[in-house]
Amino acid sequence: MHSLDSYLFISSMLFCLGVFGVMTRRNAIAVLMGVELILNAANINFVAFSKFNGMNLDGHIFGLFVIVLAAAEAAVALAIIINIYNNLNSINVDDAAELRQ
Amino acid sequence: MAELVFWFVAAITIISAGFVVLNNQLIYSAVALLFTLFGVAGIYVFLWADFIAGIQILVYVGGILVLVIFGIMLTNKIKSVRISHKSMQQGVGGAVALWLFIFLSIALSKAPWAVSEAIEPSGTVREIGILLLTDYLLPFEIISLLLLGALIGAAVLSRGDA
Amino acid sequence: MDNMMITLPLLILFLPLVSFIILIFFGKKLPRQGDWVAVGSIVATFFFALYLFIQMILEYDPGVSHGASFSWIDLEAFKIDLGILVDNLTVIMLLIVTLVSSCTHIFSLKYMEGDIRYSRYFAYLGLFTFSMNGIVLADNLISMYMSWELVGVSSYLLIGHWFEKDSAADASKKAFLTNRVGDIGFFIGIMLLYTAVGSFAFDPIFDSIAGGDTITGLTLTLAGLGIFMGAVGKSSQFPLHIWLPDAMEGPTPVSALMHAATMVAAGVYMSVRLFPIFTPDALLIIAYTGGITAILAALIAITQNDIKKVLAYSTVSQLGYMILAVGTGVYTAAFFHLLTHAMFKANLFYCSGSVIHSMHHALHKVHDEKTDPQDMRNMGGFKEKMPVTYWSMLISTLAIAGVPLFSGFLSKDAILAGTLAFAQHHPEHFLLPLFGFGAAAITAFYMFRLIFMTFHGKPSMKDIFKDIHESPKEMTGPIVLLGTLSFFIFYTLPYFNPISDHGWFTDLVVPQTSAVPGSMTANEIAEHAHHAHYLAMGLSIAVATIGILLAFLMYVKNVISPKKLSDRFGFLYDWSLNKFYFDENYNRFLYQPFLKLSETVSWLDWDFYDKYFINGFGRITNLLSKLSGKFDYDGIDQGLVDGLGRISGVAGENLRKIQTGRLQNYLLYVVAGILVIIIIQAF
Repeated sequence: MHSLDSYLFISSMLFCLGVFGVMTRRNAIAVLMGVELILNAANINFVAFSKFNGMNLDGHIFGLFVIVLAAAEAAVALAIIINIYNNLNSINVDDAAELRQ
Repeated sequence: MAELVFWFVAAITIISAGFVVLNNQLIYSAVALLFTLFGVAGIYVFLWADFIAGIQILVYVGGILVLVIFGIMLTNKIKSVRISHKSMQQGVGGAVALWLFIFLSIALSKAPWAVSEAIEPSGTVREIGILLLTDYLLPFEIISLLLLGALIGAAVLSRGDA
Repeated sequence: MDNMMITLPLLILFLPLVSFIILIFFGKKLPRQGDWVAVGSIVATFFFALYLFIQMILEYDPGVSHGASFSWIDLEAFKIDLGILVDNLTVIMLLIVTLVSSCTHIFSLKYMEGDIRYSRYFAYLGLFTFSMNGIVLADNLISMYMSWELVGVSSYLLIGHWFEKDSAADASKKAFLTNRVGDIGFFIGIMLLYTAVGSFAFDPIFDSIAGGDTITGLTLTLAGLGIFMGAVGKSSQFPLHIWLPDAMEGPTPVSALMHAATMVAAGVYMSVRLFPIFTPDALLIIAYTGGITAILAALIAITQNDIKKVLAYSTVSQLGYMILAVGTGVYTAAFFHLLTHAMFKANLFYCSGSVIHSMHHALHKVHDEKTDPQDMRNMGGFKEKMPVTYWSMLISTLAIAGVPLFSGFLSKDAILAGTLAFAQHHPEHFLLPLFGFGAAAITAFYMFRLIFMTFHGKPSMKDIFKDIHESPKEMTGPIVLLGTLSFFIFYTLPYFNPISDHGWFTDLVVPQTSAVPGSMTANEIAEHAHHAHYLAMGLSIAVATIGILLAFLMYVKNVISPKKLSDRFGFLYDWSLNKFYFDENYNRFLYQPFLKLSETVSWLDWDFYDKYFINGFGRITNLLSKLSGKFDYDGIDQGLVDGLGRISGVAGENLRKIQTGRLQNYLLYVVAGILVIIIIQAF
């Protein structure tokens, strides 16, 4: 219905917003939310290309896998975050900066 | 008409995403994420990806987002509703992200995509199912293994010292 | 035979040098400190010289001469040949040197017994004998000059033998430096001759002067006078006579050897050798120098109380006689007097040494360190206690006083005849014979004064008198030998006429005519002297008698009191006693102004130049270095080096901040990096 470009445009906007979020947010969970945005942007790309390449369903499969992986990753990430919270009593990423010089 | 709806959905997605990254209140960001995910599902519908849209809402919104909200609840002092953390390096980050967006846009618009028309399918579920069990059997199995690993890992990690 | 005449002299020359080298290096380690090495070599040389002498008598030829030389430096523009010349003059002189040197060595065996530098003493004696023989044997001015200097050095070393005593050290320096003053003239003379003639050797010089075109007139006179200056210094003539009396600080045998017989005679020997180069003008100046010296020294000797000082001034006076003889033309008479004087003056010194030795022992026994053992006023009546010394000394005194039957009479007579002859032909120079005869009278007087004060009369120090005794035979041996040689007979053989000096000496030593064109020939001079001979003889006997009588009256019979006389002529006595204040005046008018000049120059250099100029440089350098240091330290070290360090530090501090440990910052850098790459790729 609309050209490929518009979908790509939307996905790139989402991607940049996600990057911005990852770069700027202090809360670990907020960073995770940024990562989700990035993943979603990539997913939109896959599905869009799938439609505009003669409905090749490879893109859909790939998107499916991305969603699954995102779920797994979110679970593990949250587990880690909860552990950090139990140890440091804070999920401010500044406080977890043991590698800081 | 469809055009208008499409742009409306796109706008919701984008604006909600902006809310997610800019708001200082974490719960508000989580809710904004909800709207963003819904918007993305809407876009999937426009892309004739009915199965993906459904899975998106089921898994993402129903699973991941709920997990995130649980995470938020568990890692913050509940006493105050205000769960806020200031952001950092917004200026530079913003500039970099903006530039990244500009480059991506230029690149995208200039690239000669090989586009081919397609007819709208009746439904994609059947084909995806067939593909999963024939062409993409191996990735399917591996994904399940990975899911298993993730589940176990998450469980181990969140056990604490018990 | 010819070969012997060359090798023997060379042996005589170098044996003492070998003895010197051995004793200097190994002396202390040899048994008896090596004195037998010295004595052995010297006595050997004496026998060689005796052999040469006998050869000379056998040949009985006045004109015989042997020589040998070798080329030392041979460049295109410059040539020096060194060599030896052996003729009758040489042989007699060698005999004198070796004889007196042997006597000195034997005498020293006892006199210097127990001395702290025994072997060194003998070593230096060897060095001296070597250098003296060098002068005697030289056939050219350069060898003579080299040996001349060496003799001066030996004299310095020997006079200053007891250098712990300030007076001895000062005396040795005085001797050497006064000698050097004379040597300046000597060297100028040598160089004047060389530039005109082109050679240093005697014969070429004589021939060239006789030729009459290379060097004449004033230049030749000056050359002659320059060379004579060396004799003035070495033979202690006026005005450089000041060193000889002080040189008595040395051991008495040394005084006998050097300052009586040989070293001081070197000046006379040189004048005799080089007689042919002196112009009549030069000869006149030489004559007056000798005459003044003779009378001056005699006048000083009258009042001296130290026995050695009397002998020292006597030597100066007799040397003046010899120089006077050279000046008036009878230079062979000068050499004759040199020969006789060597014998009796050495003997006089040995006898005085014997007396002093005895006084030393006697004073030492009663632990008397204050009394001067050399002062004649402490002596008296030694005649019975030291008979050998007494008789020998008496014989030599008779010789020096010019009493007939003794050797001195003949030689002095020859000189006085020469001066009379000269004055007869040049009446304006009447002073010369006056000086000569006057000195003869005074000599007789003070020598007998010495004899009477020492050996006759009552002893002045009764408590030590009993310890006075005769000296051991090593000391009395030489005394007897030389005493015997003071008789006339040994010089007039084969003739026995006591009033004629005709004998082997006058036959063998024949005067040559001067090479200077226009001089009187030797025959003419001899003729004139002969005419004046009897007059001179009569006069000399007369003045000798007057002198002896005066001494007898004053010191034995005490008819005329010395004390009253000295009070009456107070200032004359003072002048005489104080050596006519020569040293004091030299000091006031020569030494002090020169020292002042040195001080001024030193001040200029030390306080002025060094302080402002040199130190100024130092200060500037200091300042520059401070600036440079500042630049280096503050500028470079602090600025550059530390600065680099600081930059690194600051940069590091700041770059450290990149490592925030925050993942998001790293992510930012990654994305920014990607963008940069994209931009670069795009353009």
